[in-house]
Amino acid sequence: MSASAPVAARPANEPPKSGKARRHDEGTGKLAALLLSPTLLVLGLVVMFPIISALRTSLYKPGGVDPETGFVTEGDTYVGFDNYTAIFTGDTAERFWNAFYNTTFFTITCVVLETILGVAMALVMHKAFRGRGIVRASILVPWAIPTVVSALLWKWIFQADGAANAILGTQILWSTEGWQSVASVIVADTWKTAPFIGLLVLAGLQTIPADVYEAAKVDGASPLQQFRMITLPLVKPALLVAVLFRMLDTLRIFDLPFVLVGPHKDSVETLSMLAYDEAFNTRYGPAAAYATILFLYVAVVAFAFVKLLGADIIGDVAAKKSKKKKSSGDAAPPGVGTAGLAGVSGGGM
Amino acid sequence: MATKIRAEGGPLRKYAPLLGVAVIVLYCLLPFYWMMVSALRRPSDQFDNSIIPRPFSIDNIKDVFKEGTGFGRGLLNSLLVAGTVTILTLLIGLVAAYTLARLEFRFKNLVLAIIITTSMFPGISLIVPLLKLFVDIKWINTYQSMIVPSLSFALPLAVWTLTSFFRQMPRELEQAAMVDGCTPAQAFRKVILPLAAPGVFTTAIITFIAAWNEFLIALAMVQQKDHQTANVIISQFTGASGRDQPFGSQMAAGVIVTIPLVIAVLLFQRRIVAGLTAGGVK
Amino acid sequence: MRFERSHTRKAVATAVAGSLLLLASACGGDDTSGGGATTGGTALEGKGPITFATGKDTSGNLTSQVAAWNSQHPEEKVTVSELPESADAQRQQMVQNAQNKQDSFSVLNLDVVWTAEFAANRWVVELPQDQFPSLTSAIPATVETAKYRDKLYAVPITSDGGLLYYRKDLLDKAGLKAPTTWDEMLAACLKVAALPEGKGMSCYAGQFEKYEGLTVNFSEAVNSAGGVVVGKDGKPNVDTPEALAGLEELTKAFASGAIPKAAITYKEEEGRRAFQDGKLLFHRNWPYVYSLASKTDGSSKIAGKFGVAPLAGKTGPGVSTLGGHNYAISAFAKNKATAADFIKFMASEERQRANIEKTSQAPTWASLYDDPALNKSFPYLAPLKASIEKAQPRPSVVKYGDVTAAVQEAAYDALTNKKPPKQALTDLQTKLSSLITQ
Repeated sequence: MSASAPVAARPANEPPKSGKARRHDEGTGKLAALLLSPTLLVLGLVVMFPIISALRTSLYKPGGVDPETGFVTEGDTYVGFDNYTAIFTGDTAERFWNAFYNTTFFTITCVVLETILGVAMALVMHKAFRGRGIVRASILVPWAIPTVVSALLWKWIFQADGAANAILGTQILWSTEGWQSVASVIVADTWKTAPFIGLLVLAGLQTIPADVYEAAKVDGASPLQQFRMITLPLVKPALLVAVLFRMLDTLRIFDLPFVLVGPHKDSVETLSMLAYDEAFNTRYGPAAAYATILFLYVAVVAFAFVKLLGADIIGDVAAKKSKKKKSSGDAAPPGVGTAGLAGVSGGGM
Repeated sequence: MATKIRAEGGPLRKYAPLLGVAVIVLYCLLPFYWMMVSALRRPSDQFDNSIIPRPFSIDNIKDVFKEGTGFGRGLLNSLLVAGTVTILTLLIGLVAAYTLARLEFRFKNLVLAIIITTSMFPGISLIVPLLKLFVDIKWINTYQSMIVPSLSFALPLAVWTLTSFFRQMPRELEQAAMVDGCTPAQAFRKVILPLAAPGVFTTAIITFIAAWNEFLIALAMVQQKDHQTANVIISQFTGASGRDQPFGSQMAAGVIVTIPLVIAVLLFQRRIVAGLTAGGVK
Repeated sequence: MRFERSHTRKAVATAVAGSLLLLASACGGDDTSGGGATTGGTALEGKGPITFATGKDTSGNLTSQVAAWNSQHPEEKVTVSELPESADAQRQQMVQNAQNKQDSFSVLNLDVVWTAEFAANRWVVELPQDQFPSLTSAIPATVETAKYRDKLYAVPITSDGGLLYYRKDLLDKAGLKAPTTWDEMLAACLKVAALPEGKGMSCYAGQFEKYEGLTVNFSEAVNSAGGVVVGKDGKPNVDTPEALAGLEELTKAFASGAIPKAAITYKEEEGRRAFQDGKLLFHRNWPYVYSLASKTDGSSKIAGKFGVAPLAGKTGPGVSTLGGHNYAISAFAKNKATAADFIKFMASEERQRANIEKTSQAPTWASLYDDPALNKSFPYLAPLKASIEKAQPRPSVVKYGDVTAAVQEAAYDALTNKKPPKQALTDLQTKLSSLITQ
């Protein structure tokens, strides 16, 4: 709601400044605002409002127990940034930085593994062969199992006398502090969400027309070259979006370490778990402060990622694309082929 | 690796991809197999580690549906919520994504940024304020109290993915269509949408599954049994005494909610992709 | 014993009178409605439909209990609002409801450790003790768990106490009886290990995963050695030689292998599984294990081969930690008079008997433990009564969540050799002092 206001008002009333915008009439801004308003309205109501409310909460402290009556005094007191400074002092600071490290470690490890696996899955799913439907279905399975259930499943597998130890022939106590608990979380998370990346990359692959590969084959490109020169650039936008959203999710990881290993374990405690722990003990102020810090961290990582790698997804490449296309698109058949080749040039070949 | 395969040629080249397929399928399915096996054991054998359930039993599955669990109703509720979320996400998301991909206006990147920002706040921290809001507007125990939050969780991903797909389509496609007399809306529907079908379809699957799996909001917002989703019902399963964990029936419920989902996706996939492409570029 | 037995009759009479009263008020008399009892200023007023928030109905028993009520009180129907299986999730749902002052839950099924928090936040109302006749018939320890600062906020419905399960067959073979002290227990293990059947077995396990069960087991060890975690005066006093002796009993057993390494991952179910598979000679667990371990469908390898005793302690029988559930009335509920009547109904001897018969959950009525018929079906009732009567409650503090987390941290650190036991207790004392005075 609040977000749509500037978008709606300014482009319509002020003369557009940038070169590419000048080509369009001032109605475009209004139209865009109109078309975007449902999205922004929903997000404003259900996410922006709670976020702002949480930001406000993070500046308050709940009442304590009145030693006389034994009752908790009602009403919150405004404490400014005390909840934030408290996070960075004493024991809490140690716990925070440990959780910060864990969160970061999980994110890097899981996302890298999931990307590799996900791309591999997409390539497999994209191959035309008999029984492809079955393969696709099986790859979908981990992602489709409700998290509530899959966390339990992995918990069972990683019990002291569970399937993991039976298969490995080991007697590892997976839920105790140490590398093994970290490993169990990574295994379970990778298994569950690699298909997510796989699906999105597959969709990207499916929009690449076969003629592009034909052409490349005629030119004598090896499969590796084809992958590097055609496939990768063409699926890059889809892949980057998938990876970006996986990063957002993994930075907020909560369920798996919580269910699989348990709360208050240093090896796997993440920032979300700290926020949960505070809220669980009805300290909503400190909980909101943790949530806000995590939010800022996620935002920084996301924007750094987009800036470094994702010029394609956020930058306005459409105009550039259509210009370049003129030279390359003529020979290709209309429609599908054009799309593919345009993508190639846009993707930076 | 690729060059080595090429040099040797023959069987290795033929079977190597097959091997890759097998490894990936096994990796995905083994844990799920364990889930099925656990579901098909007798409840008294639930601690067993044997690879095949022996004796085979459907008691766990019966337990899931036994009177009073409300699981059947829960499945319907899940379907209703996830289905509505998917349709709404696609409708709203497609419009937003196409706007972001095609229209030129200021603050476009800002809008994209705002949209993704809403995916950055830890979900567990949204519940308390959201619950307060829904209590105030009397949404507790309603379907919309589950649909609208799921919608907002799904929208950022949908908008971003669809935008990236639409961006890949050359503008000339619509321009050509409009020369042929199509309105911009028709050009979108008849030319762009079919071409972006794989992307749209994938977005739909991901949205549906995400909404189908949503748990925390559904748990917090709905207390009445007749509105609870399957996931919430699964979390209420208990053993005979309350302390023993009914792992078998939980796994059975997991299998029951997963398999139809996968089958439905497979069927729809063929249908939708085929349908959209057929109606597409001529 | 002596006390309860002599009171049994009287208690039954009171219960019958109570249910007659209930019937009377349901059938026509409207004069009691709205009249309610006054409790420290709040009156339990209003009759009509209510909801009952509880963890899931385990064996269909709750459904029949509630159905019995509903058929007697068509105007005051009770709807069960089922909460998730996990206790944490149950508490969270109730807390969220209370904080938003919702009236969706009328009667709350509270774990004994939540009483202080719910009372101090005024999420539940104070109850008039004289209105609940079952209180005088309940084991006194269970009533204490329903109080905060000596005022009653809930009515005990089920209780729970730790029991020492042991392999009767193997002890018999070694010519031993159930141990009452840790030393006896460890000696018995050595003797049984020498038997051919005792090969590969571990001596003992309780619940040592980092969760509420660890607080329970740690407290039992400390209390059984004569120490306290939080004293009667409400002040933490855990940095004592007695507490250290209790904790060291556990750390030494882990070090010597008497407690298997894997026990650090045990919650109730993992421990039960190990015991049922014949991997443990002694096992501390709750009464629920009895009927499961007695199953002859192949799930338990020790059916008919085990016995139950009170927990072992340092110099004599040990001290259990008290568990169980109490029913309370939400401060935001409508129809509080009905809620109170419903609690009375559920607390009645008749309903408690029906409950143990179906669910084997420990009742709060002392007389039921001495009932011959019940003792026949539940042979653990005698040791359980002994366990509950002597049992210590966990600290009754508003910030129970923080207190139990601190206790778990200290115990886990000591058991996993991250800290020496002495250090762990000193740190715990500091932590608890700051948590409880705050």
